[in-house]
Amino acid sequence: MFLSIAALSAPTFAGDGSRTPKPVIEIDTPGKCIAPADEMRRNHMEMLKHQRNLTMREGVRGEPASLNECISCHASKKTGSVHQEGEFCQSCHAYAAVKLDCFECHQPRANFKTSASKPGIKP
Amino acid sequence: MILTQNARLESGLFYLLAGLGSLVIAIGIGTALYMEHSGHIVTGMNNQTVWGLPHVFAIFLIVAASGVLNVASIGSVFGKKIYKARAPLSGLLALGMLAGGLTVIMLDLGRADRIIVAATHFNPTSVFGWNVILYPGFFAIVGIYLWTLMERRMNEYSHIAGLAAFIWRLLLTTGTGSIFGFLVARQGYGSALLAPLFIILSFAWGLAVFFVVQAAICVWNNRSLQENIFSRMRNLLGIFVAATLFFTAILHLTNAYFAKNVGFESFLLFNSEFSAMFWVGQVLLGSLLPIYLIYSPAGNKRGWITIASLLIIFGAFCQLYVFIIGGQAYPLDIFPGYDVTSSFADGAINHYTPSVPEFFLSIGGIGIAFTVTVVGVRLLRVMPRQEALEKLEEDDSDGAA
Amino acid sequence: MSDSKHNAQPELPGKAQTNPARRAFIAAAGVGVAGLGFTAIAPGLHLMAVGEANAATGIATRKPGEAASRAVRWGLLVDINKCAPGCTKCVEACHTENGVTEKLADPRQASQWIRKVELTDRRNGKKTELPMMCQHCANPPCVDVCPTGASMKRADGIVLVDRHSCIGCRYCMMACPYKARSLVHLPLTEQNPLVPRGQGCVESCTLCVHRIDRGQQPACVEQCPEGAMTFGDLNDPSSEISKRIAATHTTQVRSDLRLDVGVRYQGI
Repeated sequence: MFLSIAALSAPTFAGDGSRTPKPVIEIDTPGKCIAPADEMRRNHMEMLKHQRNLTMREGVRGEPASLNECISCHASKKTGSVHQEGEFCQSCHAYAAVKLDCFECHQPRANFKTSASKPGIKP
Repeated sequence: MILTQNARLESGLFYLLAGLGSLVIAIGIGTALYMEHSGHIVTGMNNQTVWGLPHVFAIFLIVAASGVLNVASIGSVFGKKIYKARAPLSGLLALGMLAGGLTVIMLDLGRADRIIVAATHFNPTSVFGWNVILYPGFFAIVGIYLWTLMERRMNEYSHIAGLAAFIWRLLLTTGTGSIFGFLVARQGYGSALLAPLFIILSFAWGLAVFFVVQAAICVWNNRSLQENIFSRMRNLLGIFVAATLFFTAILHLTNAYFAKNVGFESFLLFNSEFSAMFWVGQVLLGSLLPIYLIYSPAGNKRGWITIASLLIIFGAFCQLYVFIIGGQAYPLDIFPGYDVTSSFADGAINHYTPSVPEFFLSIGGIGIAFTVTVVGVRLLRVMPRQEALEKLEEDDSDGAA
Repeated sequence: MSDSKHNAQPELPGKAQTNPARRAFIAAAGVGVAGLGFTAIAPGLHLMAVGEANAATGIATRKPGEAASRAVRWGLLVDINKCAPGCTKCVEACHTENGVTEKLADPRQASQWIRKVELTDRRNGKKTELPMMCQHCANPPCVDVCPTGASMKRADGIVLVDRHSCIGCRYCMMACPYKARSLVHLPLTEQNPLVPRGQGCVESCTLCVHRIDRGQQPACVEQCPEGAMTFGDLNDPSSEISKRIAATHTTQVRSDLRLDVGVRYQGI
């Protein structure tokens, strides 16, 4: 639901962003995206939502639309992330004022490795 | 002159009470935001006791909400006009308490921000799923019922609306009891008796709440309850409380009869922090003493019945605490015949201590019920006029004769 | 051993199928896992043949875009006679693999996807230990009670929580007879990219679904130094797990509930 609001509002706001600074879109790893930029801007949320349901509920893997694949190309070279201020996902979502809650569960850093440790007990 | 002074005083009292209620709500909502931000780590709840104090308060409010509507049902469905005069107050209280209870439940969710998902995704096999239909439906039906009662042109439909509300509230309490009745894993739950038990609990708790509110409004408006309605409602309250004791006794007796549940019952009733709460709080102070007060000569005094009602409400909280927290405190019997230990408190009694945020969130629900009632009573004129009541009493006694 | 495991990790089955170089690489990594994880440590277990990308485990991977199949039912067999006292390798493997690394003061509030349970027989005092986790029931109570359908069973029998629709009501935790589920009690930032998990949602053992979909075994099975756990397809009579269940006496925990669990124990 929130995502479809984004789809409608993002192009409208993009036109007259005089007061709000325009989002920073720096792609450190240039290459071909799975669809043209226009389509990605408008539909990336639908692609991800569609894919999330397929992968999560039906076990479909290896399709082109994948959050981890987005991150691996679009993560900032410096921090490896898409979610901190000024980074790929965050800057545009902040500009469009659309809450981005993917990263409350998904890891926003590319190739992130969790540390091995004994959980549950305070060291 | 005196009249204006009274009105001003009353108005001041209203703003004081409404302000107090709003403050409690604000504390509750602030706490919910804090819990949302920090996670459930700031509560006393954990992976063993997954439902805590907020659920005790919320379930009390929800169960009593459906019960408090009975006063209206007796009027509309069973044709007792003297009760019908109290139907608007009964409906208002029901809405306020349900709103309070549901708000607490929803704000305690791990992802309260996603509550809309509960409406957009429906699982027909879930009792919670049924409740997603039952609770909003209750708001709608009671709202329509109140309308038929208070709008003169709609009065003729109040009987059918009252009947619908009565049936719906029975379904709703069945749904609440069945949240636990349909649980196979834990020994304190999983009994078909829980649905009827919750219905009878709602009768008793709802009427007790109604008595307290009615007494407060009478004090506020400086008048007293008529003998006729008072003695009828008092006797009804006594019967309801006795019935809750009966159902409670059957529940524990059947459970204790099954060898697999003997350990749990002896824990709950005799060897735990819940035992005193059960025997002293729920049985003695919450049931036996109120029954004594109701049927002894003390029962003729309005004040003693208010005290009996307060005791019943106290007993209700004890009962829900024993039922909800106590039911989760006893370890799951995953490996019958073995003593079990693990890093995850397998085989261990879980000691739950409610935290301050949980308490604030919980009383926020009471604050909502209180504020809705105070504002509603002032705006909607839900209390019957004295003259009208006297006339109704005559009508009713004619009918009885 | 863990190195070769990590090397294989970022590869998705789709790419493995389409890119011959990567495919060969995975095969090599997979054989590495097989060599270290099984042939050396648990010579008794040889359910794999070498040659395919997924040959190390004998687990059939699906083509990209292909959904999990109803014909398969994944299961685990735990031989508790082999489960070593005091050993928590499976727990560590699980929590490392799934990024369950947060520290909490109260262990009862921490997520425990798998735990070691110590049993003492009341009749003779005999002590045994076993790992306990989501039993992946065929008739899961958690799925029945979930109001939003977030608790779900995948076609191949893996019981999962769809965190996109989990509202954190904890009804599933009340309903689970195995205490298999945990609520995430605090905000998280250290997730494994392949295992999303976060505050306010309920979670439990996924049977390492992200590994299974790549043709790998669950981390606990792979890392058990005693070879006490066998993973495979319960629906395939020729699978190692099915043969063993047919040949020996195995137990379903709380079999009285008739949940038809996917995790079986041998030696209780």
